[in-house]
Amino acid sequence: MKFFGYRRSNGRAGTRNHVLVFPTIVCASTVAQMISGRVAGTVCAIHGCGCGHVGEDKEQVIRTMVGFTGHPNVAGVLLVGNGCELITPDVIAGELVKDGQRVEATSIQEAGGTSKCVEEGIRLAEKLLAEASSLERESIDISELILGLECGGSDAFSGLTANPALGVASDLLVAEGGTVIFTETTEMLGAEQILAKRAGDAEVERDIYEKISAAEAKAKSMGMDIRGSQPSPGNIEGGLTTIEEKSLGCIRKGGSTTIVQVVNYAEKPSKKGLVIMDGTALDVQSNIGLIASGAQVIAFTTGRGTPVGTPSVPVIKVSTNSDTYERMKENIDINAGVIIDGKGTIQSVGKQIFGELREVASGKVTKAEILGHREFDIPTLGPVL
Amino acid sequence: MQEKAILIDKRDNVATALCQLGKGDSVQVGVEDFTSDTALLENIPFGHKFALRDIQKGGAIIKYGEAIGLATKQIRHGEHVHVHNVESQKGRGDKQ
Repeated sequence: MKFFGYRRSNGRAGTRNHVLVFPTIVCASTVAQMISGRVAGTVCAIHGCGCGHVGEDKEQVIRTMVGFTGHPNVAGVLLVGNGCELITPDVIAGELVKDGQRVEATSIQEAGGTSKCVEEGIRLAEKLLAEASSLERESIDISELILGLECGGSDAFSGLTANPALGVASDLLVAEGGTVIFTETTEMLGAEQILAKRAGDAEVERDIYEKISAAEAKAKSMGMDIRGSQPSPGNIEGGLTTIEEKSLGCIRKGGSTTIVQVVNYAEKPSKKGLVIMDGTALDVQSNIGLIASGAQVIAFTTGRGTPVGTPSVPVIKVSTNSDTYERMKENIDINAGVIIDGKGTIQSVGKQIFGELREVASGKVTKAEILGHREFDIPTLGPVL
Repeated sequence: MQEKAILIDKRDNVATALCQLGKGDSVQVGVEDFTSDTALLENIPFGHKFALRDIQKGGAIIKYGEAIGLATKQIRHGEHVHVHNVESQKGRGDKQ
């Protein structure tokens, strides 16, 4: 089975052909936005990171930036720095060049201030855009697709409609030789025994228990009941009572195949099949981690309704109930609420999601893309020093 | 035809309302050859759970065939099952 994607010079397959303007430090955010605003057709992603990171936190921020800017949906990237930061454009560019990514860089201090840096940045972004615009889609095997899974604004129907239907789509992609990554470790609390039973080997089983118990230890270290955050007030109003109930519903989106690997946040899997990425339960941070891990399409289920997209990777929204779909039609691509209404089944909606995945991978725009949703965030692990 | 409520696993002792249900409504749910009848003792909002049998204080609430928490008080057959009478066993930093 095939889709139409962009074959990059380093061999990877993309589903979009973006030119990205990316500040490596928060201080360069405005300049990056000015450049992107002046070069139509580019995308920009701003964040609060780039300085004050140490140890594991520094490693994770750099891994996220490298994975995100070197992603196959990015045809070329312009990195913008200030000059005195910890993570300069050179730190990221060095990794990207090794990986064969097309990259340009500019810095405010070196260019001689804001205006000069914006002028130089515009020139470089225009060059990248001209190069990217000559590339064409070609037929690529669907086994090269990595689907990221996400759920946000869950309700009691998430585990009954949208998540099991997405599970069917996940199983179909894995059966075609593709890869599916699911994340949000906190939302696995109470489901660890079920996930561990599906581990491909003893190492994966150990990793599953380790990551989930670390997430629980972190939650407990706050000295409080996590109810109110997990489940959130919106989840509780929607009928979810405990984190265990939410987790058992959440994990259904991963389908029923063997879990082949557990990776860290923003780490690329080395195996194909169903993979767990360790990470927080904040939707936007999860999306960016999934992208940095290589996902070229994200499928996102929602009970209460959420608008978020990403700067570079399409997000397919699936609603769990028809009320939310009717209220937020402009944000939602597929309504799994038909399963409650008796107008569809978990199987039929699952096949619909899989069909949509192929079309979106081949260029069909999602609702979040049409509306211009490009939310971006990088999680930090420790105090910023 | 649309069902009023759904039972996911026959081991479950709660079902989920598929529409707003009222006190006094009688609801039948089933999975495979198993069915269960309930007369609701209170209103159940869309998406919320009700008890399919009496659950003792400290007893497990079962959904998806798995424990999703423990009853903090006696729950009668037909009562609303939610945060007012169920507590989680996970992430309880307050109980350390």
